[in-house]
Amino acid sequence: MVSLNVNGKFYEADVDSRTPLLWALRDTIGLTGTKYGCGIAQCGACTVHIDGSASRSCSIPVSSVVGKEITTIEGLAPDGTLTKVQQAWLDNDVPQCGYCQSGMIMAVASLLKDKPKPTDADIDLVISNICRCGTYQQVREAIHAAANA
Amino acid sequence: MTVSMTKLDRRAFLVGVAAAGGGLSLGFQIPFGATSFGAGTARAADGAPEINAWIVIRPDDSVVIRIARSEMGQGTLTGLAQLVAEELECDWSKVTTEFPTPGQNVARKRVWGNFSTGGSRGIRESNEYVRKGGAAAREMLIQAAANEWKVPVGECSAANSVVTHKPSGKTATYGKLAEAAAKLDPPKEITLKDVKDWKVAGKGLKRLDTRDKLNGKLVYGIDIKLPGMLTAAIRDCPVNGGKVTSFDAAKVTGMRGVKKVVQVGDSAVAVVADSFWNAKTAVAALPIVWDNGPGGKVSSESIGAMLKEGLDADQAYVGNKAGDAKAALAGAAKTVEAVYAYPFQNHATMEPMNATALYTDDKCEVWAPTQNGEAALATVAEASGLPVGKCEVYKMMLGGGFGRRGRSDYIQQAVLIARQIPGTPVKLLWTREEDMTHCSYHPVTQCKLTGGFDAAGNLTALHMRISGQSIAASLAPQLLQNGMDPVTFQGLNPGGPEGAFGYNIPNLLIDHAMRNTHLVAGFWRGVNTNHNAIYVECFMDELAQASGQDPLEFRRKLLKPKHLAVLNAVAEKAGYGKPPQGRYHGIAQIMGFGSYVAACAEVSVDAKGVLKIHRIVAGTDPGTAVNPAQIERQVCGSFVYGLSAMLYGECTVKDGAIEQTNFDSYNVMRIDEMPQVEAVLVPSGGFWGGVGEPTIAVAAPAVLNAIFAATGKRIQTFPLMNHDLKSA
Repeated sequence: MVSLNVNGKFYEADVDSRTPLLWALRDTIGLTGTKYGCGIAQCGACTVHIDGSASRSCSIPVSSVVGKEITTIEGLAPDGTLTKVQQAWLDNDVPQCGYCQSGMIMAVASLLKDKPKPTDADIDLVISNICRCGTYQQVREAIHAAANA
Repeated sequence: MTVSMTKLDRRAFLVGVAAAGGGLSLGFQIPFGATSFGAGTARAADGAPEINAWIVIRPDDSVVIRIARSEMGQGTLTGLAQLVAEELECDWSKVTTEFPTPGQNVARKRVWGNFSTGGSRGIRESNEYVRKGGAAAREMLIQAAANEWKVPVGECSAANSVVTHKPSGKTATYGKLAEAAAKLDPPKEITLKDVKDWKVAGKGLKRLDTRDKLNGKLVYGIDIKLPGMLTAAIRDCPVNGGKVTSFDAAKVTGMRGVKKVVQVGDSAVAVVADSFWNAKTAVAALPIVWDNGPGGKVSSESIGAMLKEGLDADQAYVGNKAGDAKAALAGAAKTVEAVYAYPFQNHATMEPMNATALYTDDKCEVWAPTQNGEAALATVAEASGLPVGKCEVYKMMLGGGFGRRGRSDYIQQAVLIARQIPGTPVKLLWTREEDMTHCSYHPVTQCKLTGGFDAAGNLTALHMRISGQSIAASLAPQLLQNGMDPVTFQGLNPGGPEGAFGYNIPNLLIDHAMRNTHLVAGFWRGVNTNHNAIYVECFMDELAQASGQDPLEFRRKLLKPKHLAVLNAVAEKAGYGKPPQGRYHGIAQIMGFGSYVAACAEVSVDAKGVLKIHRIVAGTDPGTAVNPAQIERQVCGSFVYGLSAMLYGECTVKDGAIEQTNFDSYNVMRIDEMPQVEAVLVPSGGFWGGVGEPTIAVAAPAVLNAIFAATGKRIQTFPLMNHDLKSA
């Protein structure tokens, strides 16, 4: 049994301590907004915040996040509201299939916390999430829009 | 398993073709009246009346538009809804959408037509009948109002979900009229609006399906939760065509969460557990002995040798012929020859393949992300052993498709697993590694091109010999014509609305030596136009260079008008020929999926050989543009797909198996490599072309031609990562 603090709530997850956080979130706690893409921290679809920092949950065992604050896409904004990043995504019509966008939005939210007005070079350096639909141009526009909101 | 899968897909396809074909002979009469459902008004689940199969109107005036095609990010849902709403004259802010199920389509004699979503066909193939659905419903709503007011129908009109009787000033909303309208017969004559009068269609409206993609609420196939559901992880034989010899289930049955170990068909074994992680951990630990079969001896080198032989083979299928190319080449004043090669590639959808199945003795239900709901349904029936009427497929949102999810192999596996655990829903989810190694890959081909000039420097002859794998032979043998795969010649056809070859060359021969491998070739976004465009457009640059001509001027002498018009539009926008200092231009064009496309790439290559793609100007003439904003997004995305393929896309074969297993060995483009893409939309009217795929094909050749301009290096094998662009 592992105790996890997710989106401000405590959960007792009956999983092996080596289970990646991603699968505890999805299969045990039932928060499926965080996506599986590769399982080896390459694609970023599984990005969540751990104590405020963007982290790839597919490669983090649950045992290492006990006592830490975990935020998933479901917990980014109170129900029915949008953060400025999500609003910029809506205004700029960013998602296509949308599967990678939970992780993309979590990565961008973290970037904007560290760098409120990122340059294109900052974006290139930090945002390495994979989008196969190819929304990168709209992602970049929406990051700047969110930064200037 | 491959053989049976091909059979399944083929059967499903034939079911579809037979039904559509029958309809075509009657002019494809989609019944628009609610009466087509039988006696009485057809109703949605919430009791609201159907005006016809496409449209439900609720008492609160909200409009539900049915979408038969799958939405996988390409925006077809929004575009099709715009077309229906345009004719319906409804308030766009009150529009929602829903997907009818494949089972409902079968039960209602295919009232929604074809569900198959691929080949950029969503809008171009169904625009006419969905618009007629909207127009018929509008006329029925107007008629219902006229009946109620006892006034001539010609004095009434509809706009913004309200019918108005001008002489009296009476009005009624669609919500109030829906019940009465649903009882009327559909109009016999339907006149569709002229495109120039469009108010909703043709506009760059925002997508209807964005909000739930921002907060994790959207349920993709991978996210489905059912009471009592278990999860399966699978390992299929690493070599396609191979089989399971034996496996030692006892080694893993005691592992955490494991419920059952089952063989799936003759080539795979799955572990069913209480969670994906437990299932995956156990199946990874499961000892399996494989019989790889004859495919186990195959390598990239042996495939390459087989294709190379085809480049000069006597027998080949002719796809396009004019004059006598071989004789003209023999008598040419000057000839130029080049050989190109294109590798296997994986679609790499972000959401790995998955399907959830619930089997009981008298019913089999499947929840799956699929591009082909009806083929999926046929697969469920075949794999479950139940009649189609006792099967159902619920189409889930797709985390990418790109052609991969037109195939139902993963759905077949899910049903075969669920059959062994009756009454328990089982979600089968592939690992990324399983997904990477069990794709229906972009076909592997080589191409030898020979061009001939006369003494005056005019191009008089071209022979293009493609050698390589046929998608139809792998997945759709019913498409073969006397052994020939016509799909091979996408973008190279003598004419027609799909993909005509753009150049007027008096002596032309384009032929295909089919050389199939043990791996499955599949429809991969852009399909055969991807390599065909590289072969033709890079070689056109070679010919221009060999004859001392500018690549654009050279093409201008040879291109047909519509092909040239889009290339000219791109050249003008890009400032072709006058790139900024240190940067170089490359161009390419093709016709694919019914649209004319072109691109101009602006690149630089530094002394260390580092390529930077600064800017792409991409032109599309789709004839008719339904949503310019979404077309622009498709164009931008198509360059990510096409440039990822050019830069990194390569699946190699060793001992019969694909060597790349995840994004660490199969890289794709990230945001830092994304050029600025400027979409130029030049719809010339009068036809409907696709937009999801065509511009992918010009991504690579435009950049490759710019690389040549920058470095003098002609890249003829792919991906680019295998080459050094450093100056010598």
